[in-house]
Amino acid sequence: MKVLVAVKRVVDYNVKVRVKADNSGVDLANVKMSMNPFCEIAVEEAVRLKEKGVATEIVVVSIGPSTAQEQLRTALALGADRAILVESAEDLTSLAVAKLLKAVVDKEQPSLVILGKQAIDSDNNQTGQMLAALSGYGQGTFASKVEVAGDTVAVTREIDGGAQTVSLKLPAIVTTDLRLNEPRYASLPNIMKAKKKPLEVLTPDALGVSTASTNKTLKVEAPAARSAGIKVKSVAELVEKLKNEAKVI
Amino acid sequence: MTILVIAEHDNKAVAPATLNTVAAAVKIGGDVHVLVAGVGVGAVAEAAAKIAGVAKVLVADNAAYAHQLPENVAPLVAELGKSYSHILAAATSNGKNILPRVAAALDVDQISEIISVESADTFKRPIYAGNAIATVQSNAAVKVITVRATGFDPVAADGGSAAVEAVSAAHDAGLSSFVGEELAKSDRPELTAAKIVVSGGRGMQNGDNFKHLYELADKLGAAVGASRAAVDAGFVPNDMQVGQTGKIVAPQLYIAVGISGAIQHLAGMKDSKVIVAINKDEEAPIFQVADYGLVADLFEAVPELTKLV
Repeated sequence: MKVLVAVKRVVDYNVKVRVKADNSGVDLANVKMSMNPFCEIAVEEAVRLKEKGVATEIVVVSIGPSTAQEQLRTALALGADRAILVESAEDLTSLAVAKLLKAVVDKEQPSLVILGKQAIDSDNNQTGQMLAALSGYGQGTFASKVEVAGDTVAVTREIDGGAQTVSLKLPAIVTTDLRLNEPRYASLPNIMKAKKKPLEVLTPDALGVSTASTNKTLKVEAPAARSAGIKVKSVAELVEKLKNEAKVI
Repeated sequence: MTILVIAEHDNKAVAPATLNTVAAAVKIGGDVHVLVAGVGVGAVAEAAAKIAGVAKVLVADNAAYAHQLPENVAPLVAELGKSYSHILAAATSNGKNILPRVAAALDVDQISEIISVESADTFKRPIYAGNAIATVQSNAAVKVITVRATGFDPVAADGGSAAVEAVSAAHDAGLSSFVGEELAKSDRPELTAAKIVVSGGRGMQNGDNFKHLYELADKLGAAVGASRAAVDAGFVPNDMQVGQTGKIVAPQLYIAVGISGAIQHLAGMKDSKVIVAINKDEEAPIFQVADYGLVADLFEAVPELTKLV
């Protein structure tokens, strides 16, 4: 079966971001960008499905600026077969991305679509669910285990109180949680080979999708800073402070 | 304006996060209706009707909604939601699972995890793991929003007397089925609702050592949390994880033990009123947000702390 994986180019998770002085957004000039960590897990899961003989082809798709080709090449080096970039310079909302992915799903007809559960920049946690709704497919969100059997997929999901397992009819949408797997590193020979793998570039217009949004970001601010604390010398002093100064115990 | 709040429940009781969500709805203003979708939810509906500020409770009692499968619940919410100005759900794993599906069905953008209401159409929410706060305005006909519980003080669970109305609409998409679940058992307070949270990180070294934290937590009536490092190392189950990808907590007192304080962890706890850090590395970033820091070996400091409180 064919597996489609969506990946996003985001600011690297180790970067401490800074808000722009004019409050228009976060300063991303000259900041290290990487593949969203949850998307790496999605790529890894697809590659493992292929290694198990479940998946026959892995198509990786990204929606964003032309520089997102770097993240697609990374996914190709990890084991994806070919890549699609839907090029859009503007900042798209999750719904717009879901609509573009739906158009790609219609075109490619995959049996399984794997996405990350959330992108670490917008922290939305929406795209997979929205794509499932638009496609009319079942959704297995926050997956910690994925098992394909015949025309269904069993997904174990991380929920607030523990774990839940659901069975979904294929085709279906799965979003990855951190514990699904540990992504591998790309080897140098594979990075070289990935340069020769096909990468198709599309545009929202070519897919006939409008990316208009009902949301508008008015401003972006730095969070209120916490006032500096103190270091206590002993446990006794700590207990004394908590009881008499902070009055929390 | 009429606002629809999706009740968070387990078919037996209303989850506390619902009270925070109703509080956000009250701030937006207008009539607040609560939808209880599930099976055998009579007691839940009764409890929802008593919540202060709720004008009406809609009850969809159907086997298809038993486990809150989004394929079945989202079409119900989207159908009912068309006649509302706002649809709100708590940003729990359930709310996050269902609501984007509702938003897409209504063809509107969702606003996730709001922490404050600026006006009926403008909200604040954290982005980049809480390192920036965005003010977002929605001009959608129906505003679909998840609410971060720690951003709003809960309304009272009693005092209301809302009318209860049955909803007959049944949606069974036939796309998914519930297989089973494994819930972690704990006698301690729930992590997201606890007044005091004691959390352990990689510095705990192994799962057995968490007993030191359990002893301290029991003395304080606290919940026990963990950093991702502790969860990934297999010390404790993942539902104890506090952080960007785990649970968001804002207790009166957060005690971080053997936790370095990575950005992703801070995103889950830095709104706590008082933060205490116990770590032997005095350069650990956790000390930059801690109100009280103690540079000490946790294996000596924690038992002593348990004795003294």
